[in-house]
Amino acid sequence: MSVTRNDWSLQRKGQIDQERHKERVRDAIKKNLGSIVSNESIILSDGKRVVKVPIRALDEYKFRFDYRKKKHVGTGDGNTKVGDVIAREGDSGGQGPGRGPGAGAQPGKEYYEAEVDIDEIAALIFEDLHLPYLEEKAKHAVPSKTTKFTEIRRSGILANLDKRRSMVENIRRRARKSGEANLGPFKKEDLRYKTWEEQITYESNAVVIAMMDVSGSMGEFKKYIARSFYFWMVRFLKTKYDQVKIVFISHHTEAREVTEEQFFTQGESGGTVVSSAYKLAIDIIAERFPPAQWNVYPFHFSDGDNYYSDNDEAVRLADSLITTCNLFGYGEIGEEGASSYRRSSGALLSIFKDRLKSQDRFVGVRIDDKEDVYPALKEFFGKRGEAA
Amino acid sequence: MIDREVKELETAIEQIWDIAVGKFGLDPFPVHFEIVPASVMYEIGSYALPGRYSHWTFGKAYHRMKMMYDFGLSKIYEVVINSNPSYGFLLETNSPIQNKMVIAHVLGHVDFFKNNAYFSRTNRRMVDEAALHARRMSEYEFTYGRKVVEQFLDAVLSIEEHIDPNVFIRKTEPDPKKKKNESRPQGKYDDLLSPAEIEAKSGGPQGADDKVKSGPALPEKDIVYFLMKHSPTLEDWQRDIMAMLHEEMEYFVPQMQTKIMNEGWASIWHSRIMREMDLPTHDYLEFAELHAGVVSPHKGQLNPYYLGYKIFENIEKRWDDPSKEDREKLKLTGGTGREKMFEVRELDNDASFLRNYLTEELCDELDLFVYELVDEEEWTITEKKWERVRNHLVGNMTNFGFPYIEITDGDYNGNHELYLKHRHEGVDLDMKYGRKTLEYVHRLWGRPVHLETILDGDSLVLHYDGSEHDED
Repeated sequence: MSVTRNDWSLQRKGQIDQERHKERVRDAIKKNLGSIVSNESIILSDGKRVVKVPIRALDEYKFRFDYRKKKHVGTGDGNTKVGDVIAREGDSGGQGPGRGPGAGAQPGKEYYEAEVDIDEIAALIFEDLHLPYLEEKAKHAVPSKTTKFTEIRRSGILANLDKRRSMVENIRRRARKSGEANLGPFKKEDLRYKTWEEQITYESNAVVIAMMDVSGSMGEFKKYIARSFYFWMVRFLKTKYDQVKIVFISHHTEAREVTEEQFFTQGESGGTVVSSAYKLAIDIIAERFPPAQWNVYPFHFSDGDNYYSDNDEAVRLADSLITTCNLFGYGEIGEEGASSYRRSSGALLSIFKDRLKSQDRFVGVRIDDKEDVYPALKEFFGKRGEAA
Repeated sequence: MIDREVKELETAIEQIWDIAVGKFGLDPFPVHFEIVPASVMYEIGSYALPGRYSHWTFGKAYHRMKMMYDFGLSKIYEVVINSNPSYGFLLETNSPIQNKMVIAHVLGHVDFFKNNAYFSRTNRRMVDEAALHARRMSEYEFTYGRKVVEQFLDAVLSIEEHIDPNVFIRKTEPDPKKKKNESRPQGKYDDLLSPAEIEAKSGGPQGADDKVKSGPALPEKDIVYFLMKHSPTLEDWQRDIMAMLHEEMEYFVPQMQTKIMNEGWASIWHSRIMREMDLPTHDYLEFAELHAGVVSPHKGQLNPYYLGYKIFENIEKRWDDPSKEDREKLKLTGGTGREKMFEVRELDNDASFLRNYLTEELCDELDLFVYELVDEEEWTITEKKWERVRNHLVGNMTNFGFPYIEITDGDYNGNHELYLKHRHEGVDLDMKYGRKTLEYVHRLWGRPVHLETILDGDSLVLHYDGSEHDED
């Protein structure tokens, strides 16, 4: 029998393996961008930078019982009776199931929640996105400023001291004097300062026209999909391009231009007349964003449930939009989980695919599931028109 | 902790040992206590053994435990290692009275490790062994790459509980080098044949693989062992890793089988030893508060400390002062409570402990109940009859809470495919987890794998061929 107290300060095993775990979390995030992109906690994050998202890939899979089908045994406070409800499914924390009995397999939480930084995820998502068919509309190129340290001077402010160069100068001076190259006391003449220059780079003008169907048939799920797509689109444009204008148009039977906030929060009802939105878009382009000077990207999200009599007009206007635009993107949102279900007639996507004259500048995407948002982003902003 | 307190602790250990061994007749291994900071405590807690091999799942457990500690949500007071001599780890920030209680508790555990039958074959030098494993594992990481070893470990860990807990009845031989001739039927005059002839008779040097079906007795409950021996795809270093994990699981299984008893036993003795210690009133109060926290019921759950404590206490009472019924039925004469407790700690595991000693009276007192999910929504109490509650509890302990899955064919379809069968005992498998685990089994077997089970009353066979899942 003995007691000792040792120095454990160098013990790092747990931390090292914790790093291994973190590494796995990062890998898993990369692999699961599809489901993370449309995760509520991000889309509804309201400016929070770090959010928790479930990451399924980090489960430790084993053969285990279905927790929800199993009968469990617990202790009560002395007067429980058959029929008492001790917890409700979905209750978090506290007591009750979810934290099973001490012995045996306890699944606990269904999945692992990782804390992720939205900026980090954004960087991963945006890695290979860009605005397709972007052209240099040289005339009205909009300058964007960047600062670059380009020059070394003998005077400057101390904060910009170039330590490495100053040391080299010091050694040089001393070598010249004594013949030996070593570092010694500094003199003012040794010091070198970095100085910067403002560089003006020319970006092309681009405007994105975000159109969304807010008619009665656009239910919660559909709105959410459109919203998560635009969430990333807006973020993406703002991160990658200094000078991209975004115009928001929401429509039902009528279209109107709205603010970003209204666009994302507003609920409306009524029928759907798609052409109204296209008409407004064309007007706005003509008025404020002449295609000679602007790259124009209209995007439209709808459930494709257009008034039958409006389809011809919609196709005609879409065609005319395409002739003035770099790319026209149309996303059709289906019913939740109806991935194999395709409505062939009446839905706008198939009409567009059949009848639009210029298909090469048209991208139509069908979204039935939250997981489809990421592929849609890649489809719209993926590698195409690179050469242009 | 200052040196004076360490000295004080040494004195306390002597005193506690004397009470435990001299007065109560406990029979522990010698124990070496080590005072450690929280980070080390949580490290040992999450690895279950000091110096064990590295894997991200340990890092995940460590992170979670440490975070709970940092946020003040939970605290481990003690970690004890089953070895001879045993190791007890004390948290640096424990108060002197906390440490005393922990020391007494540890002696209870160590007595249990030494004397319970299920621990009799555990490797009492497991700390050294685990360190050797860790070294071999890191050599493999160096040779084959960290990711490669990690991915392999992921697969083995997914089935690590599926070993045969009765290893000391049917002693397995986890040395992959000896596998060659094992499945060969013994001929009467084999000793007259040359080794080459024996090899020819058993179907060449790789005979074991060809004879999977006729070789080892099937069904085989020990999936890890079976795959290690017969998988056509594994390399030597991979079989070695499986042998190491198998050995570690053999060591841990008795702890999984006796969680309730072990904690109950330790709690009984820490409380009795502390009462013998002549503590000043304020110390005694602190102890009482701690003890109450340890053995308190957690509503809607089962606290193994509480349950085990209550049952042991009840056993002592019944055998000391038997009821009329017990006198008649069990022929008890009274006064043998202590003796009976020691007998139980030697012979039982959780399943038999509950089956034999959880009485109606206790079920009522503990207010035990069965609950289940009703209408996918409400966790509802559905059973209060004590015998059924007890049977459910015992049922849930079977195979220490894991589904009982056996290998019934290693040459399924005549094509070296692996056929697993889930012995369905009323509860369905988690299908998503089942499929994912099947992928891991496939990684270890290298050929198509099948799992037969029952889902919602219908027989179901899951298939995985390395790229696609299928079922019928």
